[in-house]
Amino acid sequence: MFTRDFLRLTGSALIAHRLRSFLTTLGIAVGIAAVILLTSIGEGIHQFVLAEFTQFGTTIVGINPGKTSTHGASTGVFGTVRPLTLEDAQALQRLPFARAVVPLVQGNAEVEAGNRRRRTTVYGVGAQMPQAFSMQVKSGRFLPADDPSAPRAFAVLGSKLRHELFASENPLGQRLGIGGSRYRIIGVMEEKGTVLGFDLDDTVYIPAARALELFNRDSLFEIDLMYAADVRSETVVKGIRNLLLARHGREDFTITTQEQMLDVLGSILNILTFAVGAIGGISLLVGAIGIGTIMTIAVNERTAEIGVLRALGARRAQVLGLFLGEAMVLAALGGVVGLVAGIGIAQLLHLLLPALPVHTPWLFVILAETVALLIGLAAGVLPARRAAGLDPVEALRGE
Amino acid sequence: MIELHQVHRDFLVGDQTVHALNDINLTITAGEYLSIMGPSGSGKSTLLNLIGLLDRPSSGQYLLDGEDVTTLGDVQQAHTRNRRIGFVFQAFHLVPRLTAAENVELPLILAATPPQERRERVAAALEALNLSDRARHKPEQLSGGQRQRIAIARATITEPAVLLADEPTGNLDHQSGGDVIETLERLNRRAITLIVVTHDAELGARASRRILMRDGRIESDKRTDRA
Ligand SMILES: Nc1ncnc2c1ncn2[C@@H]1O[C@H](COP(=O)(O)OP(=O)(O)OP(=O)(O)O)[C@@H](O)[C@H]1O
Ligand SMILES: [Mg+2]
Repeated sequence: MFTRDFLRLTGSALIAHRLRSFLTTLGIAVGIAAVILLTSIGEGIHQFVLAEFTQFGTTIVGINPGKTSTHGASTGVFGTVRPLTLEDAQALQRLPFARAVVPLVQGNAEVEAGNRRRRTTVYGVGAQMPQAFSMQVKSGRFLPADDPSAPRAFAVLGSKLRHELFASENPLGQRLGIGGSRYRIIGVMEEKGTVLGFDLDDTVYIPAARALELFNRDSLFEIDLMYAADVRSETVVKGIRNLLLARHGREDFTITTQEQMLDVLGSILNILTFAVGAIGGISLLVGAIGIGTIMTIAVNERTAEIGVLRALGARRAQVLGLFLGEAMVLAALGGVVGLVAGIGIAQLLHLLLPALPVHTPWLFVILAETVALLIGLAAGVLPARRAAGLDPVEALRGE
Repeated sequence: MIELHQVHRDFLVGDQTVHALNDINLTITAGEYLSIMGPSGSGKSTLLNLIGLLDRPSSGQYLLDGEDVTTLGDVQQAHTRNRRIGFVFQAFHLVPRLTAAENVELPLILAATPPQERRERVAAALEALNLSDRARHKPEQLSGGQRQRIAIARATITEPAVLLADEPTGNLDHQSGGDVIETLERLNRRAITLIVVTHDAELGARASRRILMRDGRIESDKRTDRA
């Protein structure tokens, strides 16, 4: 049999029962639309979150005190961890691939300027922070490269804190009190917005040594190291580990590359996308049952036709193919309708709620249509096998 | 040529065996016109289905043109039905959603005959039956006699050597039944082997060879030499 004739025969059978074919197709279409819509939103969020993270650059390695084992427990809890110090940061600076090294201490404190007070996030950092995190100074300058152990009391404001404390006044050169010490404001940062709920503008940056003192700590939270783009991250990790091992005598620190972080984040987000896709898949199951039911009814209705086909010289395999073909055409049509509807609704949602990112990768489109076809195959196989297995004499007699 | 040797066909109904065909020995030469008559349940349809390869004997041998066809696989059986055997049923069994022409075309579609050749042959077959103007009609738009003649065109479109008809006029009035029989007999005069099962004595008497069945056996087998 030619493919064209095959399609004509299956087509005529489906058209003969327009309404029923339409409803069955709708069942699959709803399922595919749900899968595409949900995975489009999932993938949109995925890309959005990754973009948020990579805006700080991808050639960054974070070093934290304490060794995180694969079980997630930190040996630091048991107390034999050496602190990460400013000297460690200075030593890391001398590594050949290090472009920028930023010691980091973070805490909350009340700041005051004139008669205004505000609780805000205080970051103790190094002079190279803007470079490492691709951040821009809006006015004035960033913290200077003072002697890290005895830096001058300078502060740089985030844009929101600047507005809260000074409104339209010029803050540069003004005094700022943080936890009883006095700082001179030398710069204001460009607006950065919020990342995953953290307001990066309601902040003040001071030298790390002063922040350690302020929060009464002896260890940095973290040291971030930006490396040259042409160096492999493995080389960087090895260099850092060797250096810190020599300084600490044991591996009481954890090195996390941005790559690893993105990997972990990416796989979490993939699971999320997959999970919402699977939820949509439940409605596909319902569609599949619809096809199976309709095909079973069709085989029962058309036993005489099956008998005639056999009498006219149709092989069992041809009968099987014809009924399987009907199931798959139903599913494939449903798939296409569902794809169009799913993508359409996703785009519409994005128009109505611009904050909701959506993205439909081609892979999902192809995958969804393939799944639809497989569903047609799976749902059609039992009825079609029954049709092919019918005894032609019985089939012709059954009126 | 059709040869049946000691053919039995048994059906198991519950714990009872029904001998639908009981030791049938029958030779039918090419071009014969044969009628099969007998009371209901005597095994006429069973015999016809067996000759048409829709069924297999429980035991015995069936030779078609000297070749043993009882042991053929599904693919070869289907091929044989398609090329060498035509079927006409009491209930017509046209596919309701296809037009008259498409119904006639079906065996050629199954055999993957090229579309151009198909069109020509279908047109010629409809022309020969004076049904050209009904080509695009659906079965429901045709009279019973027209439907049966479409079914005959469908059964003979692959030019089979044997045409099997199981009560072909059973659902027709006298007039259209006559048309159908004439159509069948015309085909027989052009050398097709025609086997007709019928309850109609008048109709059965028209055949040059008449078989009477009873309880799965051939009770009598009469011939009249053609004039
Ligand atoms: N599939 C089957 N299962 C059980 N018994 C069957 C089956 N097919 C036929 N028979 C039996 O075989 C016998 C012959 O049946 P068959 O249909 O050949 O009769 P027939 O001569 O064609 O009758 P009719 O003139 O009524 O069509 C009957 O007794 C019937 O009950
Ligand atoms: Mg019968």
